[in-house]
Amino acid sequence: MTDGLRVVVDRDACCGSGNCVRTAPEVFDQDDAEGLVVLRQPEPPERLHGAVREAAYNCPAGAIEVVEQRPGGAA
Amino acid sequence: MTGMLETNVPSYPFGNDGLDPLLPHFAENGDGVGQVRLPTGQLAFLFTRHDHIRELLRSPDFSSDFTRPGFPLIRPLAEDMPRPDGSLIRMDPPEHTKFRRLLTPEFMIKNMRPLEPLIRQTVVDAIERLRAAGQPADLVEHFALPVPSMVICHLLGVPYADHDYFQECSRTLLAWKTPPEQARAAIEDLRAYLAGLVDKRMREPGDDLISRLATERLATGELTVDELVGLSTLLLIAGHETTSNMLGLSTMVLLQHPDQLRQLRERPELVDDTVEELLRYLTIVRTGLTRVAVNDTVVGGHALKAGDGVIALLSAANRDSDVFREGEEFDLHRGSHQHMAFGFGIHQCIGQPLARAELRIALGELFTRLPALALAVDPADVEYRDAVVFGVQRLPVTW
Repeated sequence: MTDGLRVVVDRDACCGSGNCVRTAPEVFDQDDAEGLVVLRQPEPPERLHGAVREAAYNCPAGAIEVVEQRPGGAA
Repeated sequence: MTGMLETNVPSYPFGNDGLDPLLPHFAENGDGVGQVRLPTGQLAFLFTRHDHIRELLRSPDFSSDFTRPGFPLIRPLAEDMPRPDGSLIRMDPPEHTKFRRLLTPEFMIKNMRPLEPLIRQTVVDAIERLRAAGQPADLVEHFALPVPSMVICHLLGVPYADHDYFQECSRTLLAWKTPPEQARAAIEDLRAYLAGLVDKRMREPGDDLISRLATERLATGELTVDELVGLSTLLLIAGHETTSNMLGLSTMVLLQHPDQLRQLRERPELVDDTVEELLRYLTIVRTGLTRVAVNDTVVGGHALKAGDGVIALLSAANRDSDVFREGEEFDLHRGSHQHMAFGFGIHQCIGQPLARAELRIALGELFTRLPALALAVDPADVEYRDAVVFGVQRLPVTW
């Protein structure tokens, strides 16, 4: 079984650079009013894990956290 | 770090001598951190490693406010330099957060897409004017400078007819040789010009950024007129100078790498990776980013005290061999997603979706429409700008 992955975003920390939307548009969006990160899917499928980790690494504000989860739900 | 002999302290900034950024001795030997001496005589700590700079620019222990004690000034300021209202690159949270959020939606990727036909038309028209100018022609004058200027004018609602004036002010402001008093006069001229425009847009709004802020954010008290003028000044300068320099330099680099240029022409889908690699390789903010520590803190294991000035040398980080193998080589297949050409931290370039769209469209059209484009000058004789932002002065080309 593969490990799961949960994404947590911090809109207070977000600076709206849009890097995450460019890197993983299926997982991240920006709202129209302030341009802050909107999470489209908190537990993205495995094929998106690479892009999500890259988005977290490249987030200039450090506003994206990736929580690796073991099978069975334990974080 | 503090025991270093003063005679070993290099003077900073290093200057623009060519495509390879000048790096201090401690960038390659040692741990990548060392002291430099600024034009004011002050010492500052220069960071060159990718991981250190990521940590530094994300840290809340540093301020971007140049009026704070200890702030590392890379050029002397006029004594009565006015405080730059609305210049968000010099603000800290929570003030910065408020201003940034007013602007972010304007530059979001999804809001840049509707602008792409206008960018493409601007590019195509500029190529036609370049052709009409006759060979050889200066690519900077006919293409690299007008394209981003026209696009940012459209976005902000600044009449492009005034371009000679604001480009001249901006050039004076950014040239190293400009004395502090004259730099202050140039920024005041630009602000006065934009104050006139803001006043006009308050009365006769159009469909543009300055009009939107003037009609929606002044009455609510979210912005003052001075702040709107400051924001507009910053966006006008940043919106045309940076992309313009990238276009001139990028054309030169691609022409010097004919194999890679051929691959790009054969496979236009490589343009996104090409743009990222050009951003990394060129890193036109050669002077790095300046900050002052506001708390005692640690970066990359180095202890810093409140009041210490620090500089993040982006051009060194973008060639750090731990992250970019053979980073001194231009390689459009590299997939340079980790570069920091737009900076890092909460001040990372707000206009990066616009810059990427302009570079992608402009370079794509230029090399498609002018298949025989060539330098009309020996690359060794290309003159670089003596300016805060790295670029070429002129780029004579034939086609």
